[in-house]
Amino acid sequence: MRSRGSTKWYVLGSQILVWGCNAATAFGDTTPSPTNIFAPVSTPAKSIFGLSLFVLAVTGAIFLVVFTLLLYSVVKFRKRKNDDGREPPQVYGSNQVELAWTVVPVLVVVALFMATARVIADVEKIARPDNAIEVVAIGHQFWWEYRYPALGVVTANELHVPVSDARHPTPTFIKLLSVDTDHSFWIPRLAGKTDLIPNHPNRMWIDPHETGVYLGQCAQYCGTQHAKMLLRVYVQSRADFDRWIQQQRQPAVLADAVSPGQRVFETTACLNCHTVAGTVANGRFGPDLTHLMSRDTIAAGAAKNTTETLRQWILNPAAIKPGSLMPAMQLGDQELDALTAYLETLR
Amino acid sequence: MSTESIAWPSTTAASPSFVDRLHEWIVTVDHKRLGILYILYALIFLVIGGVEATVMRIQLIRPHNDFVTPEVFNRMFTMHGTTMIFFVAMPVLFGFANYLIPLMIGARDMAFPRLNAFGFWMTAFGGLLLYFSLVGANGLYGAGNAPDVGWFAYAPLTSQTFSAGHSTDFWTLALLVSGFGSISTAINIVATILCLRCPGMTLAKMPLFAWLNFVMAGLVILAVSPLTAAQIMLLLDRYLGAHFFDTQAGGSAVIWMHFFWIFGHPEVYVLVLPAFAFASEIIPVFSRKAIFGYPVMVGATVAIGFISMSVWAHHMFTVGMGANVNTFFVISTMAIAVPTGIKIFNWLATMWGGKIEFKTPMLFCIAFLFQFLIAGLTGVMMSAAPFDWQLGNSYFVVAHFHYVIVGGILFTLFAAFYYWFPKMSGKMYSEPLGKLHFWLFLTGFHLTFDFMHIPGLLGMPRRIYTYEPGRGWDRWNLVVTIGVFFQTAGILVFLGNLLRSYYRGKDAGSDPWDAWTLEWSTNSPPPAYNFAAIPTVKSRRPLWDLKHPDDPDWKYE
Repeated sequence: MRSRGSTKWYVLGSQILVWGCNAATAFGDTTPSPTNIFAPVSTPAKSIFGLSLFVLAVTGAIFLVVFTLLLYSVVKFRKRKNDDGREPPQVYGSNQVELAWTVVPVLVVVALFMATARVIADVEKIARPDNAIEVVAIGHQFWWEYRYPALGVVTANELHVPVSDARHPTPTFIKLLSVDTDHSFWIPRLAGKTDLIPNHPNRMWIDPHETGVYLGQCAQYCGTQHAKMLLRVYVQSRADFDRWIQQQRQPAVLADAVSPGQRVFETTACLNCHTVAGTVANGRFGPDLTHLMSRDTIAAGAAKNTTETLRQWILNPAAIKPGSLMPAMQLGDQELDALTAYLETLR
Repeated sequence: MSTESIAWPSTTAASPSFVDRLHEWIVTVDHKRLGILYILYALIFLVIGGVEATVMRIQLIRPHNDFVTPEVFNRMFTMHGTTMIFFVAMPVLFGFANYLIPLMIGARDMAFPRLNAFGFWMTAFGGLLLYFSLVGANGLYGAGNAPDVGWFAYAPLTSQTFSAGHSTDFWTLALLVSGFGSISTAINIVATILCLRCPGMTLAKMPLFAWLNFVMAGLVILAVSPLTAAQIMLLLDRYLGAHFFDTQAGGSAVIWMHFFWIFGHPEVYVLVLPAFAFASEIIPVFSRKAIFGYPVMVGATVAIGFISMSVWAHHMFTVGMGANVNTFFVISTMAIAVPTGIKIFNWLATMWGGKIEFKTPMLFCIAFLFQFLIAGLTGVMMSAAPFDWQLGNSYFVVAHFHYVIVGGILFTLFAAFYYWFPKMSGKMYSEPLGKLHFWLFLTGFHLTFDFMHIPGLLGMPRRIYTYEPGRGWDRWNLVVTIGVFFQTAGILVFLGNLLRSYYRGKDAGSDPWDAWTLEWSTNSPPPAYNFAAIPTVKSRRPLWDLKHPDDPDWKYE
């Protein structure tokens, strides 16, 4: 897509920016920011990054010129100590000068616009290739539901996608829906944000070039717990991804007999909101729990998925995430232990 | 208050009692008193809005802080935004427009004095209504609560389903009521400028201040009306079963965004044009030169007015409007940078070759030029839609628009306060305190808003009551919060300076700046009738002509 010359500048520019941002980040933290928009690893984010370098260069140059003029006038034309008290020569304007500083900005705007329009087309006017992974992301207050219609998988809060390398490009196309208020899907290193708006389906795409976990969070105010509606994207090698899909397609692994914890789950309000595939629990208001233990976090990334936090979450969700729509279940210690033990069998 | 010493007929023996004076102020239709009421009212709300901002910044000083609950934080940013835009920025700018326009165009009052009073009181009651939610909005959550839907109140968060109780209704009604006040004041400004200019003052000889406020008033009429319509639609949705924004029943959340931003973006220019107006009066006087390129400045203003009506959807680049619509709003948004740039160049050219005096108003104007340059350039960055897909709704945006509203508008407002305080009160402010205010506020501003850009670039979204550690945001947020305390100190010095100077300041005389527009030709403070005889003007700088009869402006215009 790009010529060699611009690639060189692109690389140089990105080096400087990454260095600058890492230096900046070093002031705040020792590790580089996992959500730095200037460290892209996916084509949409990289296209935006390329454009941002151009825009930063142009605006930076304008800043230098105008700032120099301002500084020069303030210093050069300050009223001196030995001022004679006479008014300076009055100048009312100059058509030539006005014309110059109208035409030059117009040309700059045209250049910026052309570069911008190209990137808009590059990112937005892309047809979905046949081998693309298709995901439906559904925003809920305050968590994410992910459905892979072609693969028969439903999960929550942790999106898994295959890595897309140059030899086997496997982009992931995400259809964005919302069941309640507006949300916005933003993983800065993978792509710009796109909103999830009820009654207004959107789409976006990513093609991560490196495996790893990429972070982000909801970027449109959606209610009390907007802050803890975190995003995690797991980019896996194709083999790992296929294995993950296979595992997610299984129904919940259950013991022969119904455990006490399962009885608690199925006789209290749990099953109204949560699904555990292969059991009577088929609620859809809350996250699907069929493979709960395959996730690293609970409560949309607000807490690590450990026995302790799981227990605490069921006991009192507001302690971890005040404003969460999950009610405190008012269970006794024994029921709580049994329920936690049951959930831990959902691998 | 400050106009107490005006030339009432000398038959008045004793000074009136407090109740009589209060009564005079409440029933006044004098544009100067209404202007001062607007300004004082806005100052009160400035302090309230500032406290709300401080609460938010303390909460964000470190990750996982629990200074306030998420509910309180969400109310704080809703109230901070709504207060600062509708009950600080607009009233204070209307106040200056009200006070100065008749004086600058040689008129004795606004065209519709009673409409003027109506406009002020509507705005005033709108603000009270908003804050009455704290006691009156008893919904499901106890005694009362402030709205928590954000200042742009996106649907469907404002529906009964997601916003029970009445806090959203108080927000809606407050904006509806104050909106009528704004529209009536705007109509008044347009009528005054078109009908009441003194003999000789053609449109091409008006001070730029009047031109900029004229375009501002036109924008208010065009922009506030759709907002008012949208508020009524929202009330219909909430109480009469309409479905304009009810997505569950086929309504559209996106249409609310369009309604809001076709108000919201011209609104930015409604606020910034008066800021330009201050700069266009103050920079020439302290550079001792006529404004450079007056006709081009007027043309650029009108161009900004027109273009600003066609850029609103750049707030919606992430909404999924499609590549073509996005591309249109890229070019319209970038286009507005051209007339805005022309203005900056003209101000620079006005300073060029002058004799710049660094009095407090000029210091604030120079800082404004620097900051508005940066604000404009970060605006250009976000007008590139793909870049906005990253920057939009992040702390970069928050930094950008505070650079406009604080670094641009508030800085010129401070300049205006210091510049016209001698006219309004008849007293001179303290120059050392003014400079202390400038340096404190400048330091605080840059600590807060320069460093606020960075967490945005590192992926921090706005409107979050807390954030995760390990994202590289921690120290930046700490610095941002520290800046707030410098700004607070600056504001306290400013208020102290105003009070001290009002009671103890030296007499300013009618023309302390050796300035050129008509307001400086009458007493300080001006009498109720403004001018003993209506002036006649021959140029844009009537007082220059008077002071330099050998070399008057009208020979060159």
